[in-house]
Amino acid sequence: MDTPSPEQPPAAVADAATLCRELRALLPPGAVLSSPSELAPYECDGLSAYRQRPLAVVIPRCVEEVQAVLRLCSARGVPVVARGAGTGLSGGALPHAAGVLLVMARFDRILSVDPAACTARVQPGVRNLAISEAAAPHGLYYAPDPSSQIACSIGGNVAENAGGVHCLKYGLTVHNVLAAEILLMNGERLTLGGEGPDSPGYDLLALLCGSEGLLGVIVEVTVRLLARPPCARLLLATFDSPVRAGAAVASIIAAGIVPAGLEMMDGLAIRAAEAFAHAGYPTDAAALLLCELDGTEEECTGQLMRVESLLRAGGATELRVAADEAERLRLWSGRKSAFPAVGRLAPDYYCMDGSIPRSRLGDVLERIAVLSSEYGLPVANVFHAGDGNLHPLILYDAGKPGELQRTEELGEKILAFCVEVGGTITGEHGVGVEKLGAMCLQFGAAELERFHAVKEAFDPAGLLNPGKAVPTLARCAEGRRMHVHGGELPFPGIERF
Amino acid sequence: MGDADLGEQIRERIVEAHHWGRGLRIVAGGTRERPGRRVAGEELSLGAHRGILEWEPSELVLRARAGTPVLEIEAALATERQMLGFEPPRAAETATIGGAVATAQSGPRRPFAGAARDFVLGVGCIDGTGQRLGFGGRVIKNVAGYDISRLMCGAHGTLGVLLDVAIRLLPVPECEQSLVRECEPLQAMQIMNSLRSRPLPLSGAAWEAGLLRLRLEGAESAVSRAARELGGDAEADARWWQELRDQRLPFFRDARSLWRVALPPTAAPLALDAAELIDWCGAQRWLSGDVDATLVRARAAQLGGHATLCRGATDDPFHPLAPGMLALQQRLKRVFDPRRVLNPGRLYREL
Repeated sequence: MDTPSPEQPPAAVADAATLCRELRALLPPGAVLSSPSELAPYECDGLSAYRQRPLAVVIPRCVEEVQAVLRLCSARGVPVVARGAGTGLSGGALPHAAGVLLVMARFDRILSVDPAACTARVQPGVRNLAISEAAAPHGLYYAPDPSSQIACSIGGNVAENAGGVHCLKYGLTVHNVLAAEILLMNGERLTLGGEGPDSPGYDLLALLCGSEGLLGVIVEVTVRLLARPPCARLLLATFDSPVRAGAAVASIIAAGIVPAGLEMMDGLAIRAAEAFAHAGYPTDAAALLLCELDGTEEECTGQLMRVESLLRAGGATELRVAADEAERLRLWSGRKSAFPAVGRLAPDYYCMDGSIPRSRLGDVLERIAVLSSEYGLPVANVFHAGDGNLHPLILYDAGKPGELQRTEELGEKILAFCVEVGGTITGEHGVGVEKLGAMCLQFGAAELERFHAVKEAFDPAGLLNPGKAVPTLARCAEGRRMHVHGGELPFPGIERF
Repeated sequence: MGDADLGEQIRERIVEAHHWGRGLRIVAGGTRERPGRRVAGEELSLGAHRGILEWEPSELVLRARAGTPVLEIEAALATERQMLGFEPPRAAETATIGGAVATAQSGPRRPFAGAARDFVLGVGCIDGTGQRLGFGGRVIKNVAGYDISRLMCGAHGTLGVLLDVAIRLLPVPECEQSLVRECEPLQAMQIMNSLRSRPLPLSGAAWEAGLLRLRLEGAESAVSRAARELGGDAEADARWWQELRDQRLPFFRDARSLWRVALPPTAAPLALDAAELIDWCGAQRWLSGDVDATLVRARAAQLGGHATLCRGATDDPFHPLAPGMLALQQRLKRVFDPRRVLNPGRLYREL
């Protein structure tokens, strides 16, 4: 099970007062925060179960200031954790107790939008949605749309390789980023990728995407913009079982249709979302599909007819096409608020992020149901059905002794099953600190060693976001022993989230 | 030739080469030797390591051994109306999927559907120490661990010998229509620039020898409407696009010296003394003719891109890397191949 803190012990603990004095000498007034009340807002990211105050928070405004901070921290052996908007769901931006939290929020300028090349050059703190807003006058938009797009920043999107509900057709962040400027921990500036395709040498841009802030600090990003499709139609279908809904999804894909979005919710999630958002979902359904088709008017109309007949043939109990844009947005609102909606059903919930081959959906849901009743913990399932990314939400009460621990155990069993059927422990939220234990389920020692060595190639002293994303081999060894002995956990005194 | 798993033999060869510090020259179909520097070393052939391992049509994912011919995969996929979205070139029937991924080669669909690396979901490989490794997987969304699968794409085998690759597939579009019109290169560029921001069912935009060709693919109604909007003459025969993809047009066949220049798509024409073919809606310019390497590289860099010599005499076909970037790539090479066993020097002398 995961412990809440990053694994490596704090590097040589710097004298906080001296460090802050040195940082203040490098940066303009107000850019260094160090009092407890100033640090408090930064002690966690979107995963608030993990909290840690850093030695200091720095809020630089230009690349030269970031370089100065990195050089100082390199010289002093002080860990640095970069943070964008702080919306991440795996604790990737959790501060380091003996380190500096580098807040990139003031890098919030859109540097240029090129409507002919269909690109935008932006600073890393620019919000995801702000890019699409800036591109809108040209009929363009930035495709990846994580649920937090109103708040999350592009630098964090690149670091986590963020997804969204439309990535089945339009790809993840890695598919929509053309170039990134990064600083290595020693302050060296590098350009990865470029506006021309296929940069010479190794594809370090692909490596950067999803590297969770361990390889470099992103200081500029060039993204690809797409032409806004003139037409989008949303179809709602209900089923009397999630397995049947899963089969209907497979039939759509097998028919050669790639919907812009294809989302599924099970009964518990449907009822929670309806009570929360009043989206107009039928609350007696066991499964609900939202299928969005986009493109030209002709494409939409043709595909809509085909999808309707496939869903009918697949046993849909109700079929509804959003009549207008208002209804389309209302139907989406239920899905987009599914997490907070489910969150109201219990004092706490734990969100999983497994990815599975679509064809195994039935097996996985069945297994989750069995485990759920075994543990006496309800699980609501929200599923990016088109791309196989499953978000089981385990409902629990952290106030009840032992329930958190059982929740984590249940979660790990679900992830283990995802891996067993050929999937992965995290489809889009990242490993951060939260899934370090689960990483041991997916990778062997040889792969983990290579991951550590890749980090070392970028950051030989291991100062950039240390202890995140990749577990130590010792941790995995301990984890395996834990499984062998079962029941009693070693080190019962350690907090386990 | 039948399917066979040569993984263990390949591993043993690498273990031995690592032990003695001897270089291995990795070959599969033998069609992708260029562009690349000459590799000193014994041949390590993957040509017989072949076969489709997994393919569930409703998953749109295929996993195959690296030595499987692209044509064999495409013939299988066609039975379910699916395809490789990045259209890897097939210079000969022997061209393999592993070679396509290792050299990151993509065809005319690239600006509209994605590059080779965009379709890679996972790889099984053996690094330069003889260690078998698995990265990525066969699911579309996967952010566990660094994305080493995509790093392997385009590494020309210098970080690991690919044993198998998992690839995302695309459905074959309902219909295809090629449009052709006469125009000068500047006008062609203007048209391409105006197309990029429009929601059109485009899957190709290229210019050669006074002719701009646009390929439309998708639902029949959408394609015919777009064809009416765009104008130009319908081309009944779509062979030109296949020959462009496989680099078999006379332009390629006759080139003694062939440059590939990758540029920001809106960059001005290269205006060098050589025949030019524009692909990828402006982002890829092919040059045929004896042009001075320094001149091409300087012009490409000035326009924000880079140049690769795909045919012709040279010691360094790939665009030089800045010192800091080269040093970082050398450190990465050491992670996976500390004794420089795998295709040593194929990409750069130092890698």
